[in-house]
Amino acid sequence: MTTYRAHLLVCAGTGCVSCGAFEVRRTLEEEVRRRGLDREVLVVATGCNGFCERGPILLVQPDGVFYQRLEPADIPRLVEEHLVKGRPVRSLMYVPPREREPVPLMKDIEFFKHQRLIVLSNRGRIDPERIDDYIATDGYAAAAKALGEMTPEAIVAEVSAAGLRGRGGAGFPTGRKWDAARKAAGEPRYVVCNGDEGDPGAFMDRSVLEADPHAVIEGMIIGARAIGAARGFLYIRHEYPLAIARVGLALDQARRYGLLGRNILGTGFDFDLEVVRGAGAFVSGEETALLASIEGGRAYPRQRPPYPAERGLWGKPTVINNVETWANVPHIVRRGADWFAGLGTATSKGTKIFSLVGKIANTGLVEVPMGITLREIVYGIGGGVPGGRDFKAVQIGGPSGGCIPKSMLDLAVDYESLKAAGSMMGSGGMIVMDEDTCMVDIALYFLRFAEEESCGKCSPCRVGTGEMARLLAKITAGEGAAGDLARLEDLAATVKQGSLCGLGQTSPNPILTTLRYFRDEYEAHVFDKRCPALVCKALIAFAIDPEKCVGCLLCRKACPTGAISGELKKVHTIDQGACIKCGICQSVCPAKVGAIGKTPAVVGSAGPPTASPGDNRPKPSGEGR
Amino acid sequence: MRGPDYYNARMCPTKSDLEALTASARGRRGALIQVLQDIQDRFHWLPPEALEHVAGALGIPLVQVYGVATFYRSFSLTPRGRHVCTVCLGTACHVRGGGAVLDEFERRLGVAAGGTTPDGAYTLERVNCLGACALAPLAVVDGRYHGQMTQAKVGTVLAAITKDEAA
Repeated sequence: MTTYRAHLLVCAGTGCVSCGAFEVRRTLEEEVRRRGLDREVLVVATGCNGFCERGPILLVQPDGVFYQRLEPADIPRLVEEHLVKGRPVRSLMYVPPREREPVPLMKDIEFFKHQRLIVLSNRGRIDPERIDDYIATDGYAAAAKALGEMTPEAIVAEVSAAGLRGRGGAGFPTGRKWDAARKAAGEPRYVVCNGDEGDPGAFMDRSVLEADPHAVIEGMIIGARAIGAARGFLYIRHEYPLAIARVGLALDQARRYGLLGRNILGTGFDFDLEVVRGAGAFVSGEETALLASIEGGRAYPRQRPPYPAERGLWGKPTVINNVETWANVPHIVRRGADWFAGLGTATSKGTKIFSLVGKIANTGLVEVPMGITLREIVYGIGGGVPGGRDFKAVQIGGPSGGCIPKSMLDLAVDYESLKAAGSMMGSGGMIVMDEDTCMVDIALYFLRFAEEESCGKCSPCRVGTGEMARLLAKITAGEGAAGDLARLEDLAATVKQGSLCGLGQTSPNPILTTLRYFRDEYEAHVFDKRCPALVCKALIAFAIDPEKCVGCLLCRKACPTGAISGELKKVHTIDQGACIKCGICQSVCPAKVGAIGKTPAVVGSAGPPTASPGDNRPKPSGEGR
Repeated sequence: MRGPDYYNARMCPTKSDLEALTASARGRRGALIQVLQDIQDRFHWLPPEALEHVAGALGIPLVQVYGVATFYRSFSLTPRGRHVCTVCLGTACHVRGGGAVLDEFERRLGVAAGGTTPDGAYTLERVNCLGACALAPLAVVDGRYHGQMTQAKVGTVLAAITKDEAA
C-alpha cells in the first residue's frame, strides 16, 4: 500500500462543485504531477465539507490547514509554498468576519469548533466513491455485528434504547416503528430510504448521500435484518444527480464486496437495494405518498392508520426512514445505545444536522448535539447576520415549520421545544432572516409553495392553502381589511384540522407563528398600509438621495421604463408614475455611492414618497447575499 | 408531428426510439415513472405520441399515463428551448432577493416562469430549491451555476448566450 506524506482533500459537494471545485481539483492534480510530487502527495475529492459559504474548499492533511475560496490561479502558488517549501499560504486561509488575522487550522475555526460530528463524521475525510475508505473508518463493522452476533429482536431493542427518533420531520421513535414492522403479518417486507428532501433551504440529506453513501446503505442493511426484509429502495429526488450517481456507485461496490445480495458476509441473510429517482413533487416526501410513487403512480398520500409498518409498499410491512435517520443506525449498533443516549436531551437523543442559510455570515451544514441553543447555532457557529444588519427571526422546519423570533434565541433545539414554539424540527432547514425580511411576505411565500405543491386529493388543503395565500397577497398589496387577520386564523385552524396528510396539516404554521410573534407587522400592512421591512412592492417606492447621487447615468441606462431622468454629473430623479419598482436601479447603483433606496409609498397615489431615502438605509448593489 | 413552430425532428422520437425506450418495461405497470423519465431525459419533453406509445406498451390507460405525466414537476408536455434558465426560489434565495432576479429574467425574455420563448431559444424555469444555498440567490443557465445573482447580472448572463449563438 502506498503511503503519502500529504493528502489534499478537495470538497466535491454540490456547493463547492457549483463554484468550480472540479477545476480546482484538476489544476491541483496537474500541478502536483508537474512538480513530481505525485508519489508523495495525493489529491482526494471528498463529500461536502459543510462550510459551503467558503467554497471551493481544500483541507491539507495531516497538517489540518484549511484553504478556502480557491481558484485555479491560486494553485501553483499553493503547491509551491505549502507542499514544496512547507510554508502555508496565509492569504488563502479563512479570516473570520470582523477580524484580520487568518485562522490556519480547521479545528480552530468557530464554524467547526462547536459542531459534534456523528452522521457527518466522514465528511471531507473520505472519498465517497471508494468503499475501502469507508471500511477504513470502521464502515460495515456495525453490519457485521448486527448480522453475525445480534438477533433481530436485539437490534430493535438497541435502536429503541438509544432513543433515536425520525430525522425527517415528526420525530417518531425509530425503534417503535421497526418493532411494529417486525411484528406485522405479511411477506415480503421492505425497507425504504426517504431521500425526497423537498423542504426549500434543507440539503443535509443530499450532503449525507453525497459524502457518505455507504453509511445509509449500512443502516438499511441493519434495518432490513431487524425486520426481515429482503429488498429495499432508496428514493432520491431527481434534483440531486450527484447523490443519485454516488449511491449507484456505492451499491455496485457493496454488491462486489458481498455486502449486498445473497448470503451477506456468509450469514445466510439475503438483501438488496435499488435506487428510485423521484420525479419532482414535494408531497412525495410524505411517507404514504412516497410509497405510491415507488409503485409507479401519482404521489397521493393516504389516510393513516394503517401505518406503512403494517401496510406499506404493495400492502406489505415496510419501514420507511429518512436519510439522516438511517445514517445514525450504524453508529448506534457499533458504539451502543448507552453512548448514543448520552448525547442530547431527555427526549431528543443524539445530534441533528441543520442547514444554516439565508442572512447568515457562515452558510453551511452543521451537526450539533440536540439541546444546543439557537443562539449558539446562529452566533457561535453561524457568525451572526452579515452587513451590520439586525437578526429578526429564524425559520425552522420548511413549509411545515415556523419563524422563531429574536426573543427566543435561547430556546434549546429539540423536538418538544420547537413544537411548543409553534415550529417543528422538520428536516432541519434553518433560514436566518434579518430586519430586511418581511414576515408577511415570508408567510405568503410558504403558502404559495403549499398551494402549488398540494396534491389536490383533499379539499381543506387544496382550497384552503389557496385561500390563505390569496388573503396574504391581498394584505401585502395594501388591500387588507380589518377582519382579514381573524379570517386567516380561522382558515388556518380549519386546514390544520381537516387536511389528510402532513403537508396540509402543517401548512398554516408559517402564518400562525408569524401572527404570534410578528402581529405588529401584519397590522402595519393592514391598517397603516406600510411594509416595515420595505419588501412588499405595492407599499414601497424607490427614491434617489440627492445628497449621494453622483449623476453617473448607470441607473438611467438600466431603467426598463425610462422612469429615471437626469444628466451626467447631475442628480437623477425617478418618475414615480412610470416606475414599475423592479429595483434594477438600486442593483446597478455602485456600492460606494449607494444613492438609491426604498421608502414607504403612499398607497393609491403615484406621488412622491413621503420619507427621505436617507432614513431608509439604501442597500449597496451586490448586497442581499 | 404535433407541436409549436420551433418543433423539429431532433425533439421527436421515432417509433423505434420509443420501442427501445419501453422494451424492458413492456407490460410492467410499476415502471411507468421510470420509462417517462427516460424519455424526458432523452428528448427533454414528453411528446403526445410518446405518451400514447407508453400507454400501449405498459398496458395502462392513456388517461393514467397523462395523470402521472402532469403530476410530477420533472415532466414537460411542451418541448423546451435551446437554452434553459432556471431560477432558484428556495427560502434562502427568496430572502436574498431571488424574486427580483426571476422578475428580471421574465421581463427580459418576455415569458413567465415555465414558458418558452416563441422562437424556441429560451425556456425559463423556477425551482423550489437546488440546495446550493451558499450561492443564493442562484440561477442556473444551461447547467452553469451563477451564484450571488443580481438583477444587473441577468442582462450579462443572457448577453453572453446571445453572443455565443451569433458566433
